[in-house]
Amino acid sequence: MKKELNGIYTLWLRDIKRYYRDKPRIIGSFAQPILFLFVLGTGIASSFSVFGGGGGEEFLNFMFPGIIGMTVLFTSFFSAMSIVWDREFGFLREILVAPISRTSIVIGKLLGGSTVAIFQGSIILLFSPLLKIPVTFIIVLKVLGVMFLLAMTISTMGVILASVIKSMQAFQVITNFLLMPMFFLSGALFPLNNTIMWMNIVSKINPLSYGIDAMRSVMLNDPALQLHPLWLNIAVMIFLIVVFSISGTFLFSRQD
Amino acid sequence: MGNTDTDNNIIEVKNLVKEFKGLRAVDNITFSVKENEIFGFLGPNGAGKTTTINIICTLLSKTSGEITLNGYNVARERNKIRNCIGIVFQDPSLDDRLTALENLYFHGLLYNIPRNELKKRSEEVLEMVDLISRKNSLVMTYSGGMRRRLEIARGLLHYPKVLFLDEPTLGLDPQTRNKIWDYIIKLKKNKNITIFLTSHYMEETEICDRIAIIDNGKIIALDSPDNLKNIIGGDIITILSEDNTKLKKYIKEITGSEVHDAKEGKIRFEVKDSSSFIPKFIKNSPVKILSISARKPTLNDVFLDLTGREIREENASSKDSLRMRMRGRMRH
Repeated sequence: MKKELNGIYTLWLRDIKRYYRDKPRIIGSFAQPILFLFVLGTGIASSFSVFGGGGGEEFLNFMFPGIIGMTVLFTSFFSAMSIVWDREFGFLREILVAPISRTSIVIGKLLGGSTVAIFQGSIILLFSPLLKIPVTFIIVLKVLGVMFLLAMTISTMGVILASVIKSMQAFQVITNFLLMPMFFLSGALFPLNNTIMWMNIVSKINPLSYGIDAMRSVMLNDPALQLHPLWLNIAVMIFLIVVFSISGTFLFSRQD
Repeated sequence: MGNTDTDNNIIEVKNLVKEFKGLRAVDNITFSVKENEIFGFLGPNGAGKTTTINIICTLLSKTSGEITLNGYNVARERNKIRNCIGIVFQDPSLDDRLTALENLYFHGLLYNIPRNELKKRSEEVLEMVDLISRKNSLVMTYSGGMRRRLEIARGLLHYPKVLFLDEPTLGLDPQTRNKIWDYIIKLKKNKNITIFLTSHYMEETEICDRIAIIDNGKIIALDSPDNLKNIIGGDIITILSEDNTKLKKYIKEITGSEVHDAKEGKIRFEVKDSSSFIPKFIKNSPVKILSISARKPTLNDVFLDLTGREIREENASSKDSLRMRMRGRMRH
């Protein structure tokens, strides 16, 4: 048992160390959310007055939880997918021949990726005073909880994909054809309550939309912007984490 | 009685078969490795060497057969086996964003080495491979030879009973290759350890106590390097003449041994004692001899003798780079 916990800790620590060492990655990971929030967000917000109608300020508020969700999405997804990277560069074999179970390897990887994702998301949260979004200590705790659930949902999904795909090329394809649509149809950038039918359906099967919805619910608490009640969002994420982690561990442990 | 023979076997492989989508990579092989010997797998790329090692190391499942290592069953007691083996893979498996010490530290945690002990052992293994002065450098800054040495050090950190070295000198320059072999010989002298290595460089496997020659997934010979060379039964003579066909017939008549075509229009054959054979032969030859040379047999000749082909070392590098590219697409 101690051995397995040691193994989980080792893999977690490795992810943290690598993250902390990789300064360009840290800086780069802030650039994207800031670009979305302050360039795209502000641009769209100000276009409301051109096309009629107001609510530019509210739009930025609406978008902010979405951008935190986006940060968690990309960070935890790429962390889990680093399994593909480790396979390509060989380190995976060092882990696979170590005397720890495959389950511990997956858990270590999930916790490592989630920790980094929560850390990144928290830094974006620091921008909330700029947008005049009131953030109390209780809200911070709730946001951390939602970030954890979302990070775990996405990383468990990432472990499944990383176990199925075997090359860096396939990884690029997945990023373009899965991750970006997932992000666009998650409700992070625009409300999904009033969109056309197919978007509505797609958003319901999109795991990310539940995380974004939950994030918005704990930060803004505005029922008009909600798709689902908070409890449902949390229940769906927990359900997905359980299903994804079981199938992910199974797929990862498979041997040829 | 019969047990005395198998008592000191640390690895036993019986009727091992591995198929990949109908292709037989390992075709019913049986062999055993004795405790504290250096055992070598020699064969061309794609012969099934790495596949066999990966199965013994619990990285791949087998199609059929029985394997025990240190008394543990490879299919059922994976973690016990993983605990008592160290592996240096063909392709690097270090985390190059970490320092040498950190790579060892993580390895030690994974193998549950107590922390106070871990520090001492890390220094000890780094000392052995002469990397102690670079212990705090990122592996990223290491050369290929240094990385390989660090991997050997890491493979020894948890005091394994068996150390697997899969093509430990692949892709290294000759000087570094020699150095790696020096470490391996030193290791064999100082530690109680069984070494299982693979190589397609003939001359390098000569340090082994026993060698299995493997081709197309089958073991075609298994013995000590000297006994293997005795298969040849003498010296190798290579001749360039004006009329090979006629000369071949003549040689067959006087020596009784097979004559093969060799490179550059030469022919080659084997005789017991070349120093007394050559003067007589040149005097009596019906065909004009343009050049003649004799040498002691090498393992390459043994392979040639057994398979009719050479292990093409000169092609190895292009094949290796292809393999490197393919690797990403293969499953573990």
